[in-house]
Amino acid sequence: MGWEVVIGLEVHAQLNTATKIFCGCSTTFGAEPNSHTCPVCLAMPGALPVLNEAAVDKAIALGLAIGAELNRQSVFARKNYFYPDLPKGYQISQYELPVVGKGTLTISLTDGTEKVVGVTRAHLEEDAGKSLHEAFVDQSGIDLNRAGTPLLEIVSEPDMRSPAEAVAYLKKLHALVRYLDICDGNMQEGSFRCDANVSLRRPGAPLGTRAEIKNLNSFRFLEKALEYEIARQRDILERGGCIVQETRLYDAGRGETRSMRSKEEANDYRYFPDPDLLPLVLDPARIARVRGTLPELPDIKRARFMRQYALPAYDAGVLTMSRVLADYYEQVAVGVDSKLAANWVMGELLGALNKAGIEIETCPVSAEKLRLLVQRIEDQTISGKIAKEIFEDLFHSGGEVDAIIEKRGLRQITDTGAIAALVDGIVAAHPQQVADFRAGKDKLLGFFVGQVMKASKGKANPDQVNTILLERLRKE
Amino acid sequence: MAFDQDTVRRTAHLARMALPQTEIPAVAEQLERIMELIGTLRAIGTEDTSPMAHPLDLDQPLRSDTVDHRDRRAVLMANAPAVEHGLFLVPKVIE
Amino acid sequence: MELHELSLRALHQGLQERRFSSVELTGALLARIARMNPTLNAFLTVTETEALAAAAAADARRAAGEDGLLLGIPVAHKDIFCTAGVRTTCGSKMLERFVSPYSATVVERLAAEGMVMLGKLNMDEFAMGSSNETSYFGAVRNPWHTGMVPGGSSGGSAAAVAAGLVPAATGTDTGGSIRQPAALCGVTGIKPTYGRVSRYGMIAFASSLDQGGPLARSAEDCALLLNVMAAHDPRDSTSHPAAASDFLRGLDRPLQGLRVGVPEEFFGAGLDPEVAAAVQAGIEELARQGASVQSVRLPNNPYAVSTYYVLAPAEASSNLARFDGVRYTHRTEVPKDLTDLYQRSRYEGFGAEVRRRILVGTYVLSAGYYDAYYRKAQQVRSLIREDFRRAFAEVDVIIGPTTPTPAFPLGAKNADPVAMYLADIYTIAVNLAGIPAMSLPCGFTRGGLPIGMQLMGDYFADDLLLNVAHRYQRETPWHTARPSFITGEA
Repeated sequence: MGWEVVIGLEVHAQLNTATKIFCGCSTTFGAEPNSHTCPVCLAMPGALPVLNEAAVDKAIALGLAIGAELNRQSVFARKNYFYPDLPKGYQISQYELPVVGKGTLTISLTDGTEKVVGVTRAHLEEDAGKSLHEAFVDQSGIDLNRAGTPLLEIVSEPDMRSPAEAVAYLKKLHALVRYLDICDGNMQEGSFRCDANVSLRRPGAPLGTRAEIKNLNSFRFLEKALEYEIARQRDILERGGCIVQETRLYDAGRGETRSMRSKEEANDYRYFPDPDLLPLVLDPARIARVRGTLPELPDIKRARFMRQYALPAYDAGVLTMSRVLADYYEQVAVGVDSKLAANWVMGELLGALNKAGIEIETCPVSAEKLRLLVQRIEDQTISGKIAKEIFEDLFHSGGEVDAIIEKRGLRQITDTGAIAALVDGIVAAHPQQVADFRAGKDKLLGFFVGQVMKASKGKANPDQVNTILLERLRKE
Repeated sequence: MAFDQDTVRRTAHLARMALPQTEIPAVAEQLERIMELIGTLRAIGTEDTSPMAHPLDLDQPLRSDTVDHRDRRAVLMANAPAVEHGLFLVPKVIE
Repeated sequence: MELHELSLRALHQGLQERRFSSVELTGALLARIARMNPTLNAFLTVTETEALAAAAAADARRAAGEDGLLLGIPVAHKDIFCTAGVRTTCGSKMLERFVSPYSATVVERLAAEGMVMLGKLNMDEFAMGSSNETSYFGAVRNPWHTGMVPGGSSGGSAAAVAAGLVPAATGTDTGGSIRQPAALCGVTGIKPTYGRVSRYGMIAFASSLDQGGPLARSAEDCALLLNVMAAHDPRDSTSHPAAASDFLRGLDRPLQGLRVGVPEEFFGAGLDPEVAAAVQAGIEELARQGASVQSVRLPNNPYAVSTYYVLAPAEASSNLARFDGVRYTHRTEVPKDLTDLYQRSRYEGFGAEVRRRILVGTYVLSAGYYDAYYRKAQQVRSLIREDFRRAFAEVDVIIGPTTPTPAFPLGAKNADPVAMYLADIYTIAVNLAGIPAMSLPCGFTRGGLPIGMQLMGDYFADDLLLNVAHRYQRETPWHTARPSFITGEA
């Protein structure tokens, strides 16, 4: 009998507000240490928190997007523990009554099926500062610029059954928060962080003891860490051992998870309602206003792309991964063949972006230029192959599509007479290959096409080349 | 007895206060007296009573998402016992 | 009358008529502080230079045509209010050298009116105490008898006003910390409705109970100060949108038809007979002025102290976690690691009573005890509020003693923390409910110690309390009596 893997994810999404959750300090990343602080986020004696409405609105947006119950009343609580990056000695969070209740997220699996993953809750809380260890001997430096940055902690049900499902969920959530423009999704800078709870059990048995894995700051790390942890737990269980409930840190360098001994000490957070804050009450008008500003959500957009642009599910899925990419595609697809446009965006464009390591947001080729390029293929001004060369130019050196075509003389040759002349020249120059072809070596057609294209510097219309070549070669 | 010496030690550790061993018996006794005082609450029936967290029956007010001050790091860090390169210094934090 | 004996009204009139300047007034009080503070220990910090500069600025404003009721009048703040650029200790070694980078809203508001801050007043450490003996900087002495405590935690405020070092002072009240020292020092003080006075910059003890308020020599003077102190503050989420009011407007309303409730629970065992008699006489005076008096019940009041000693320490244990030796405050010498830094800094920086309350608060919130203690206390808190709600359906004000006894000797209650806690037996329920209450002088013991009478009102009935107190003070001499410095031990 095998083991069933049970995975639940806790995601901390930094909300991309201008200011911190409880004070008017900027949340800009990368400022001088402690320059974005004030009496409130430094926990000066007597300072008090006031809730940022943008953080509330962004939590509402997430709740609406996952079809969650929004709690009309939620309560901020204090989570008490001592740590140098936690200036008040407690974190303001939500405990018994979170702002967002149960919702769902639908993920697409590689076999083409879909799975609904439950979201238990999402609650607002404040981020901690940072401890810097490298610069000092025997000392750590504390930077509280990040302290008080709003976080939305999104907790899933233990509904995922494989690392692949966990990655699909995380990607889906990542795409969603960016769609909603509530989080910049930057995993390297820590704006979108993930902890995973993993356990194994015999199918049908109650849940096993779980380990919590921290520090999963990329999709790949999540997958690797889960694979390692599942193997580790399986080994222990199969040898008849027991899993210890603990927090483990993923070490990307070694590709393993290890126990965080320093955190093993039993925590007693002594949660209680924060008396400096009153219950957060969501006024229906506020919810309605946020609803009105919601963008078209990924699932809905994907369905529309399949319908409106007659795209296969896979294409629609890729193109709607991010709102910016989807918008880009829709601009490219104006007045041209939608599938051809999709191929170009998914193939050349994403390939080039990926190779160059840049995001669609800063793509050097505008959607309008790519649309024109696709249009020139459609109107047979250029061939697909030439278009790829032009695209490279546009991507790396800029310029205008038509100007490049003219300047470099890349206009496609569609004149039958001119193509026939080229074909005749090649046929005459290769008598042996002509004989072989006629003797039955059909594969040589490719050779002839290649020679003709070469002679035309790639500009001859490939369909016409084919037709004329066959006509000449078969003529006895 | 709620407050034996072990409880005092455990609680003092949670509150991060290093009570010298010699003080613990006396502290345990005082805390036990306070717990006796508090213990009188047990006599009151509160089954149907909702807990009162706050005297104000109001909702949390919200502030607009705008930066409201400039950098005052120098003044804000002036009371710190140990500072270098704009950072508060503490003994090495072990992860 | 000398300058130090004048009411705020009289001081304003004197300044307005140019009989004296703010600089002269300030100088006179600074001289009095220099002479008497070594005995009383009411001031922890005297801001002489800043005060004289502020007084000169106030005189200039007045010369330019301004005529604010408080312009140029001296005030002093309990050292729990943060004052930018001025040491703010909260009576603790923890903050012995803490210079606040910002000012409390209350401090800013009074300064904006042109009040002249003379300095910062002694208090029980982090406002935890009822005798001012827990201050790291030594006990304050009662101006009526220097062998006696002034009450606490706003003991420095009450003593300074009683001794004429300053005409009015700020205080805070979490379980009686304005009213109890006001009673023991023979001055008038009001704890406003929770949410009236901003807590921003007021170092938190127990956030759901703390409320700032004035101590002065009369209800009218308190009203003058409260008119400025009470205001909605967007920096405090618990500040009430309707916090501001004009407390002078109804001050003179006759008491005809006023319904006074007297709770039996406040007149039981443990009440000093002299206190009982003086308060009874006070109630009779109100009846003489046309009030009707009836008995009311506050059946859960006997549980107020127990409830308070769960909730206040719980909140305090968390509020005081920020004092960790990292960003400000006392840091121990040569910590060997982070835990050592925390543990020794906090042990050394906090006094015994503060440590005790942090331990109680930590314990009642810890795993497995939350429901039995914290949640239970919150439920009893509801019952206590219900008691008041029922009572205020029948009466307009509730009257009783502020304290069970007059001022007690220094050191008398130090051995047993619980005995000290019971000094607040009549004041605590008010904070739990969040309603307003005040203490005003209503007589003296045969030994010459002041006795305080407590008025309690429904939510936002602060103006009614001041009105009743003012009418009472128009007809009685108690608040005008001045201590004649008895020295020696009791």
